[in-house]
Amino acid sequence: MATQHARSAARLMLAPAVILLLGWMLVPLTMTLVFSFKQYLPLRGGDLGWVGFENYVRFVTSSAFWPSIWATLIIVGGVLVITIAFGIALALLLDQPMWGQGIVRILVIAPFFVMPTVSALVWKNMFMDPVNGLFAHLWQFFGAEPIQWLSQASLPSIVLIVSWQWLPFATLILLTAIQSLDSEQIEAAEMDGAPWRSRFIHIILPHLSRAITIVLLIQTIFLLGIFAEIFVTTQGSFGTRTLTYLIYQRVLESQNVGLGSAGGIYAVILANIIAIFLMRIVGKNLDA
Amino acid sequence: MARAVTTQRKALNTLAAWTVGLLIFFPILWTILTSFKTEAAAIADPPVFLFFDWTTENYSAVMQRSDYAQFLWNSIVIAGGSTVLGLIVAIPAAWSMAFVPSKRTKDILLWMLSTKMLPAVGVLYPIYLLFIRLGLLDTKIGLTLVLMLINLPIIVWMLYTYFREIPGEILEAARMDGASLRDEILYVLTPMAVPGIASTLLLNFILAWNEAFWTLNLTAAKAAPLTAFIASYSSPEGLFYAKLSAASTMAIAPILIMGWFSQKQLVRGLTFGAVK
Amino acid sequence: MGRITLDKVTKSFGEVNVIPPLDLTINDGEFVVFVGPSGCGKSTLLRLIAGLEDVTSGQIRIDGEDATRMPPAQRRLAMVFQSYALYPHMSVRKNIAFPMKMAGLPEDEQKRRIDSAAKALNLTDYLDRRPGQLSGGQRQRVAIGRAIVREPSAFLFDEPLSNLDAALRVGMRLEIMELHKRLATTMIYVTHDQVEAMTMADKIVVLRAGNIEQVGSPLELYREPRNEFVAGFIGSPKMNIFGGNPAQQHGAAKIGVRPEHIAASTETGTWEGVVGVAEHLGSDTFLHVHETGLAETVTVRVDGELPVKHGDRIFLTPEADKIHRFNEQGLRA
Ligand SMILES: Nc1ncnc2c1ncn2[C@@H]1O[C@H](COP(=O)(O)OP(=O)(O)OP(=O)(O)O)[C@@H](O)[C@H]1O
Ligand SMILES: [Mg+2]
Repeated sequence: MATQHARSAARLMLAPAVILLLGWMLVPLTMTLVFSFKQYLPLRGGDLGWVGFENYVRFVTSSAFWPSIWATLIIVGGVLVITIAFGIALALLLDQPMWGQGIVRILVIAPFFVMPTVSALVWKNMFMDPVNGLFAHLWQFFGAEPIQWLSQASLPSIVLIVSWQWLPFATLILLTAIQSLDSEQIEAAEMDGAPWRSRFIHIILPHLSRAITIVLLIQTIFLLGIFAEIFVTTQGSFGTRTLTYLIYQRVLESQNVGLGSAGGIYAVILANIIAIFLMRIVGKNLDA
Repeated sequence: MARAVTTQRKALNTLAAWTVGLLIFFPILWTILTSFKTEAAAIADPPVFLFFDWTTENYSAVMQRSDYAQFLWNSIVIAGGSTVLGLIVAIPAAWSMAFVPSKRTKDILLWMLSTKMLPAVGVLYPIYLLFIRLGLLDTKIGLTLVLMLINLPIIVWMLYTYFREIPGEILEAARMDGASLRDEILYVLTPMAVPGIASTLLLNFILAWNEAFWTLNLTAAKAAPLTAFIASYSSPEGLFYAKLSAASTMAIAPILIMGWFSQKQLVRGLTFGAVK
Repeated sequence: MGRITLDKVTKSFGEVNVIPPLDLTINDGEFVVFVGPSGCGKSTLLRLIAGLEDVTSGQIRIDGEDATRMPPAQRRLAMVFQSYALYPHMSVRKNIAFPMKMAGLPEDEQKRRIDSAAKALNLTDYLDRRPGQLSGGQRQRVAIGRAIVREPSAFLFDEPLSNLDAALRVGMRLEIMELHKRLATTMIYVTHDQVEAMTMADKIVVLRAGNIEQVGSPLELYREPRNEFVAGFIGSPKMNIFGGNPAQQHGAAKIGVRPEHIAASTETGTWEGVVGVAEHLGSDTFLHVHETGLAETVTVRVDGELPVKHGDRIFLTPEADKIHRFNEQGLRA
């Protein structure tokens, strides 16, 4: 459809969004790129000149680098696996006939409305505190030694907190997808005598593939950048220093902008690798 | 479901779902309950659930400690402003993509989404410098702009998926009827897409409200929203559970209440318009 | 006024050429029907005239004025879409008023035209309803109402009746024809229903793959189809077309005979065959005759009363002066 007139109007109306995002992407990124080749210490002399690839080399050879990549991948991967697995289970449960479905749905999606700083603080102090936290009381009740959650099991704790925040989203998308599954299709399979397990694998799961893709895409976008959850809980200690947090520390805590910028470029590269990978899947699934 | 379900089965489902639902909701419930306890009751061993002396002293204490109204106002302005601004930029863009698609439409859309993957921390310092230079640091307008930009891809995407459900013939009819492009968008497309726009608005308001990287790093005192208000409880004060809970409740209450009143649009919005 | 001229108009979508160079003149007040098989470019042609698509080359003139680059709004044409394309968020009244509101007509004039359109279209009781609360026929009437209040120089209809059930379709067909008689405004009407084409048109334009195969009045097309395609397309049931021996006897590569121009008899005739299915419509009966050696099936219209059944022998005789002859290229000889 559309005439030349409409097409030029369309280009004109798309322009602001594209230009804004392009600027938002290119301007700071170029600056980061420039800084990454400099010795730049704002509090200790400022711009101290070009240093070539030194920052890049220092960033990857620092002992904190690989652990930060691992921490990032574990947190993102862990949360994805947990939210998708539990999301499917929960969606299947919520799809069943019951009383008060609307209220249960509200209860389940509520965590999404809680700002990350609040949820991190609440979990850290009121649940995971080794003395006064509810978990400590629970462990004591069963005669077990309370766990120092955020130091002994720091990564799982963070994964738990973040999963709690994102489970509602995964559940809701998957639930919507399940509800759109033709019940006749399931009934036909039931008539054919397909046991529950194969009905799940051959009918429900394929039907959910698009929804799962969406969950994967959106959550990865948000999870790669999680910050507040670490900022208010461990401050990056006990192995919870993600790449994001490591760069943050380089820039703001050690005030080494050059080094942090090199890290930033690494993060951009990592994000791009993941993005390309994801867009491949999503691009294919988006039209279906 | 077309099938009749036995009452017993339904009761079992109900029991299971409510248990899981309450379990997931429990941290919020516990926070709200604790906010009404005395500090002593908040750390009582064993914990008390409902039978304690209810008090509102924590709320007064929190109000005294910091100017809640100021933080709240900043949150509303920043989240609301960035969402509305985002819609103004995104509606024309989504119109273009949905009704005048070209070979590149999908690529542009995916590119927009991919800008969201750009690690914020990678560009924190440049933005910080730019903000100082432009005098935007610790201003509501600066933060509004940043949050608009980071949510813009999501807004465009959501609107695009909603717009695509609207038959192009109706817009063509408007064109035949003498509507200019502006009229077409203002009088025909936008009213028809109200449910989708409402969902987009709500979801992005929440995302902006809860955003915690830029709001923590680009504000100090004047423009700090509720995320910063609550982050100030992260160290020693955090040990005062009742006050922490009161502050937390005050930070999330506006969104929870809003969510309660706009369930339908929110549920739709929460799926990012991606599944039907 | 409403004279529309297409001058060497072409349209391509990317590589695909949908309309080859096409010339056509539509006179003021004419009811013109575009017919042709699905995908032949009827809608595309209509949308080119409406200005919803750009022509790739060529010129479109409306009342002598070059409209090729005019936006749809300025062409003073009104279009009725197959899907009705009503504004679902507006009441019927607002829907009808919309074009007038866009044109900035005064309120009282708007009201006057709405009332008269509503009266003419039997919509008076529904003015405050939303389109979603109307039946298909009522929706179509609202779409027509929205078109007439603009007092356009021509109406464009793209298969307006194809979403309606058969009974309603006949009724609406009559209403549109009456409207045309009353307003005497040019109407261009796209359909692939050849009954609509025959009954409504002053002039039929038969299209195939973007080409105009023939232009003429319904009876011209019926009596003297210019080629085999038009012959097969106009008339229902389809004309019988035979090649081979019987055609050669008439000095043509192919001949065509309409079912209504073949006489059937149980005793004697030119051709002989076996009765397959007999469709009894009451007024007429259509026999599908096999094993004639002419074609797979020959369709014949006979009197409702002819006592034949499946498997009976039957004799067929074409009316000599109603035989259409076609040459190798399928053109009328
Ligand atoms: N936007 C487009 N891009 C590419 N090809 C198109 C486009 N619109 C139409 N076509 C092609 O042009 C040809 C004519 O389409 P058109 O819709 O005009 O047919 P039609 O005669 O109206 O058919 P129908 O009776 O099914 O409505 C078709 O082959 C179609 O595939
Ligand atoms: Mg068509």
